[in-house]
Amino acid sequence: MARAHSTRRKVVTTIAAWGVALTIFFPVLWMILTSFKTEASAVAMPPQFLSADWTLENYATVWARSDYPRFFWNSVVIAVGSTLLGLAVAIPAAWAMAFVPGRRTRDLLMWMLSTKMMPAVAVMIPLYLLFLRFGLLDTRIGLVLVLMLMNLPIIVWMLYTYFKEIPGEILEAARMDGASLWNEIVYVLTPMALPGIASTMLLNIILAWNEAFWTIVLTTTKAAPLSAFIASFSAPQGLFYAKLSAASAMAILPILIMGWFSQKQLVRGLTFGAVK
Amino acid sequence: MTRTLRALLGACAVGALSTAAMAETTITVATVNNGDMVRMQGLMDDFYAKHPDIKVEWVTLEENVLRQNVTTDIATGGGQYDVITIGTYEVPIWGRQGWLVSLNDLPAEYDVDDLLPAIRGGLTVDGNLYAAPFYGESSMVMYRTDLMEAAGLTMPDAPTWADIEKAAAAMTDKSKEQYGICLRGKAGWGENMAFLTAMSNSFGARWFDENWMPQFDQPEWKATLDFYLNLMNNYGPPGASNNGFNENLTLFQQGKCGMWIDATVAASFVTNPNDSSVADKVGFALAPDNGLGKRANWLWAWSLAIPSSSDAQDAAKTFINWATNKDYLALVASKEGWANVPPGTRTSLYENPEYAKVPFAKMTLDSINAADPNNPTVKPVPYVGVQFVAIPEFQGIGTTVGEIFSAALAGQKTADQALAEAQAAVLEEMKASGYIQ
Repeated sequence: MARAHSTRRKVVTTIAAWGVALTIFFPVLWMILTSFKTEASAVAMPPQFLSADWTLENYATVWARSDYPRFFWNSVVIAVGSTLLGLAVAIPAAWAMAFVPGRRTRDLLMWMLSTKMMPAVAVMIPLYLLFLRFGLLDTRIGLVLVLMLMNLPIIVWMLYTYFKEIPGEILEAARMDGASLWNEIVYVLTPMALPGIASTMLLNIILAWNEAFWTIVLTTTKAAPLSAFIASFSAPQGLFYAKLSAASAMAILPILIMGWFSQKQLVRGLTFGAVK
Repeated sequence: MTRTLRALLGACAVGALSTAAMAETTITVATVNNGDMVRMQGLMDDFYAKHPDIKVEWVTLEENVLRQNVTTDIATGGGQYDVITIGTYEVPIWGRQGWLVSLNDLPAEYDVDDLLPAIRGGLTVDGNLYAAPFYGESSMVMYRTDLMEAAGLTMPDAPTWADIEKAAAAMTDKSKEQYGICLRGKAGWGENMAFLTAMSNSFGARWFDENWMPQFDQPEWKATLDFYLNLMNNYGPPGASNNGFNENLTLFQQGKCGMWIDATVAASFVTNPNDSSVADKVGFALAPDNGLGKRANWLWAWSLAIPSSSDAQDAAKTFINWATNKDYLALVASKEGWANVPPGTRTSLYENPEYAKVPFAKMTLDSINAADPNNPTVKPVPYVGVQFVAIPEFQGIGTTVGEIFSAALAGQKTADQALAEAQAAVLEEMKASGYIQ
C-alpha cells in the first residue's frame, strides 16, 4: 500500500517536473524551430509545427550578413575575462568575510547586494563619460571591467556561502603548519571549494554572456559581442522573425552546450545551502 | 653618419610618407535593420571602388536602441559614430541643438534641389539641411480589390472616412476571420500615436494650440477617438490593442484584413508573392480625409546625418553623398530592379518612365506630397511634424497618451475617460517642462 502510494507520488512528481521543464524550455524550442522556417511560415496563424516550409536559408543569410566569428570571440573574451577577474577579486573578499568577519560584515554583504537593485540605466551617462575619458568605449577590456563589477556581488555572495561551509579548523591547522595567507588560500581553501568556485564561474559566464544592456550601449564595432549581433536582426518594419530566431539560436548555442555539459555543477551551485 | 644608417633612415622616411598617402579613414555608420539599408551594405563594392581610402564599419541596431545609443553618444561628445541614421522626428530637435553637421556644402552633383520639397522641408532647420534623405515614406490605404468587388464597392483614389467606414462594414465577416479594417493599436509614440495623430489632423484636431495648451478636451479629438474606436470595435480584428506595423502586416498578408492604413513602404511587402497570400489582390488609395483640407497621412524619412562629435566629417560627407545621390538610385536599379530603389526622396526618380511602371510609385509620391510637416493641421500650431510634435518631450508624452488610447481600444476605459486622462497627463508635463507658465 505504502509502496503504491510512493510510486504514484513519484509518477506525479516526474510528470510535474517534465511539465515545468517543457514549459520553460518551450520558447527556446519554438525559437529554434522558427529559425528553420521561411518568414511566411514563421508568422503563419495558426502556428505551423510540422507542416511548415523548412529551410536553412535564414542561417545562410545571417552568416553572410554578419561577421559572426568576431562577435563570438568578443563574447568569449568578455564573459570569461570578466568572470576570471571577478573570481580573483572575490575569492580573497569572500575568504575575509567567511573566516575573519568583522562587526559590519553582514551589512557589507547586504550593501553589495543592494547595488544590484539599482536600474542600470540610472548610471548610464556617468559610466559612458568615464569610459569616454579613459578611452574604454568599444574596447573588450572596458566591458570586462564593467561586467566584472556588475556580477561581483553575486560572485562574492556565492563564494561566501560556499566558504562558510568549510570548517575554519582546517585553515587553522594549515596556519599552524606555517602556511602563509597566500598558501592558505591557494593550496588549502581553493582546492576544497573547487566545486563551488566552478559553479560560480559557470553561472557568471552565463550571466555575462547574456548581458544585453552595457554590451550594446558601450560598444559599436570592435568589441561588440553576440548580444549586439542579435540586436542587429530586429527590424521596425517587415518580416524578420525567422532570421532573428536564427541569429538568436547561433548566439545561445555555445552557452547552451556549455550549460548542458556542466549542468551538474550548475545545479549544485544554485541549490547550495538551500536545504539545511 | 654611416651610409647604411642614412639609407635606413631614408627608407623609413619614404615608408612613413607612403603610409600617410595610403592612410585609410574608417567611418562608423549606425543604422537600422530595414531592406533598403541591408541592400546598401551589399553594394559597398561600388563605394570602395570610388573611395579606396575610406573604410566603412556598420553598427545595425533596433530603432529605439539606436536612438538611445546615438543620443547618449552625441550628448556626451563621444564621437563613436560618424554617420547616423536618423528619423524626421529627431532632425529638427538635434539640428537646433547644434548636434548635427550642416550638409549645405555637399557637392553640386548632389543636386539638393532635386529632393522632394516635403521631405527636404522636414530635414531643414533655419536654412540648414541637417540630414540627407535615404528613403521617404508616407501612409496610405491598402485594400483588397477582390473583397471590394465582391461587396459591389469601388474605392475612390482619395477616399473620405465615411467611404472607409462603409467599405469596412461591407468587407467584415467575422465568422471567416475576415475583418474590414486593420489599424495600429499598440501603444507608442511611433506606433498607435503616429497613426492617431495623423488621423486627428484630418478631423481638424491638433496636439497643442499656439500657446502650447493641450487640446485633448476639444471636440475634434473626441470625434477622432470616437470614430477610431467605433471602427475598430465593429470591424477590426480581436486584440487590436496589441497590433503594430508588423502584426498588421502579418494579418494583411494572411488575407484577414479588408483594408490597412499604414506606411507606404508596406506596399512592396503586401505585393510580394513570396510572403503575401493576397499579393495580386491589393489596391492603393490616398489616406482618408474629412473634407477639411488635411488628409490622415504622415511623413517620415530615414536620413543620414553627421553628429558634430565625429572626427571624420569629410569622409562621412563623402559617404552620405554616395549613398543618397542619383547615381546610387541608378546603381540599385541596375543590380536589383526599379521596384527595389529606395523611394520617396527625389523628384527625378518619379519623372523616370521606368520607375513610373512600379505599381505603387504614383500613390507613394501623391501621399508624400499631401503631407506638410510645417503646416500639418487645419488650425495653426506652434510645432513642426505631421504624426509627431518635434519637441524632445514628445517621446514621453506621445507614449503616455498612446498607452491611454490603447487601453481605451482594449475596452478598459471610455473615449471620454481616455481623453480626460490624456489632457491631464500632457498638461502636467507641459507645465513641468516650462512650455506653460
